[in-house]
Amino acid sequence: MTTATRRRPLIRTSSLSEKMKRRLTFVAEHAVAIAVALAFLYPLLIIVTTSLMSQQQASAGDFLPDRLVWHNYIDVFHDMAFGRDLWNTVLYAVLSSIGVLISSTPVAYALSHMQWRGRTALFIVVLAMMMVPDQITSLPLYILYTNFGWIGTLKPLIVPSFFFDAYCIFLLRQFFMTIPHEVTEAARIDGASHFQTLTRVTLPMVKPALAAVGLFQFLYAWNDFYNPLLYTGNNPHGQTLAVAISQLGSNGHIASYQLEMAAALMFLAPVVVIFLFAQKVFVEGINLTGVKG
Amino acid sequence: MPAVADTSAVVAEQTAAPPPRRRGRSRRKSPTRTAKPAVLLFLSPLILGIAIFKLYPIAAGVYYSMTDFHVGSYQPVHFVGLDNYRHVLSSSSDAWTAGRNTLWLLIFLVPAQTLWAMFVAWLVLRIRRGQALFRTIFFLPAMVPLVASALAFVVLLNPAGPLNHALSWVGITGPGWFGDPSWAKPSLVIVAVWGCGKIMILFLAGMLNVPRTLYEAAEIDGASAWRQFWHITLPSISPVTFFAVITGMIATFQYFTEAYVISASSNNNSGADRLIGYPQNSTLFATSEIYKQGFVFFKTGYASAIAVLVFLAVFACTIVFIWGTRRSYGYGGESQ
Repeated sequence: MTTATRRRPLIRTSSLSEKMKRRLTFVAEHAVAIAVALAFLYPLLIIVTTSLMSQQQASAGDFLPDRLVWHNYIDVFHDMAFGRDLWNTVLYAVLSSIGVLISSTPVAYALSHMQWRGRTALFIVVLAMMMVPDQITSLPLYILYTNFGWIGTLKPLIVPSFFFDAYCIFLLRQFFMTIPHEVTEAARIDGASHFQTLTRVTLPMVKPALAAVGLFQFLYAWNDFYNPLLYTGNNPHGQTLAVAISQLGSNGHIASYQLEMAAALMFLAPVVVIFLFAQKVFVEGINLTGVKG
Repeated sequence: MPAVADTSAVVAEQTAAPPPRRRGRSRRKSPTRTAKPAVLLFLSPLILGIAIFKLYPIAAGVYYSMTDFHVGSYQPVHFVGLDNYRHVLSSSSDAWTAGRNTLWLLIFLVPAQTLWAMFVAWLVLRIRRGQALFRTIFFLPAMVPLVASALAFVVLLNPAGPLNHALSWVGITGPGWFGDPSWAKPSLVIVAVWGCGKIMILFLAGMLNVPRTLYEAAEIDGASAWRQFWHITLPSISPVTFFAVITGMIATFQYFTEAYVISASSNNNSGADRLIGYPQNSTLFATSEIYKQGFVFFKTGYASAIAVLVFLAVFACTIVFIWGTRRSYGYGGESQ
């Protein structure tokens, strides 16, 4: 999938003008690609350079810091409770990842390796649930969580993942479908229960897929802004990094871009590192859930 | 590594439809039906989850939309029929502004993002040297958390920021970007276009699936690169285009984080209600309006009415788009 197949012309033309033309196209295409790539990288570069500037330079729109103000990274910890927010973010990300893995696995198994009437229909229901926007459900859920006394805690973010996440079910089910039926049927004939078949036969075969699903949920939670803003935003003790960083500049004091950028860099660095190491997983995951060829 | 093998097997299964489909049919006929209790047990998290976190909220939302419910107030709740809907649809309400702005995104942001992603994917495939590196660079922005990228653009595009600084060297007075009501939405398009990596990956996969022989035949016939793209690539990737537009449309109705973060950080001195939609409601979108009414003013009933209308709009747009493109593409119904 990921290795590109290069198109080579079937007939090699030896005329010089053809060759020139091809070389020019090569140069033009690469020039455009490099220009676009630089434009794509520039906003990320801005984060790095601004995070090391003095307050004065950052608000003046300078390109490079005159001297590196490493102190910004320490100031961030004074301006926001970075450690506490980081802990909340990690809790949300790790626990909800565990939650979706526990809740999605049996459902995905039932949707792929069990035979029953209405299986396709239920799968379509799961897909349809992916289309119900959070904004529709968030008003009644807010009231429900208020009644539970959960507002301001991380519970509204974590508990639902232990029940149901349409995207993860869909993804896992797609992975389970790659396991031949004969395998699970053989285990059943040998006397294994469905639970044993799932835990001893199926799961070991899709370990990488489980890692991928967990990773996707981890990053979703890490980046999530809307839900933490709604359910924990009013309580500083329940804040996650995404919300806290967005409020760094809007708490009434003067814009301090250098601090925002320093915090943003610490916030995005783990994600980028994970991405660079597990790039293939992301690309395949997108292709898998995205569209049929 | 095995992950890759697994997934490409699935992709292969999906693309090469006929054999697995036949196997699937015979599977359904097989007499080994799973016992009902086992199925129900395995499905129990799903059934509970859908009931509690989807169906109940949808039903409750429709009910709230017909009441004067205010969260947090201890006043009795009255049934008010369609009053909330009447207020939402009255000409003076902010909901119209939000609706117009959302429509603007549908018309400009979704096509811009889709076409740009298509162009970048095409560009990546033309590259002979360092293709993997370019692909990584173009995909990277999609992985950056929205809050971080929104803040980066606030810095980059602030009126005294680096971009306007650079423009001044060539004698151009840069616009106010996010601070200028007429530039705020186009600036958001720039942010969206920058983060198009996931759609780009889809187009890339779609383009790689086009049989090479088609291009070879076209090259022998002397078709130009543009004509090859127009007559071979574009029709072949139409399922991807379809998917990108549909998901783009749904995402547009939920568009919130970028607008909220950027408005809040471009404007440092006002309350939460004034921040949303800054400047002058030019970035007030459907979800921003729901958030403002429901979670800033706590007008739960009123906000629910907007939410129901947005839901109907999403549904209607999706249906209209699927119906409208069915004939022209012929692929419409297949890609989910």
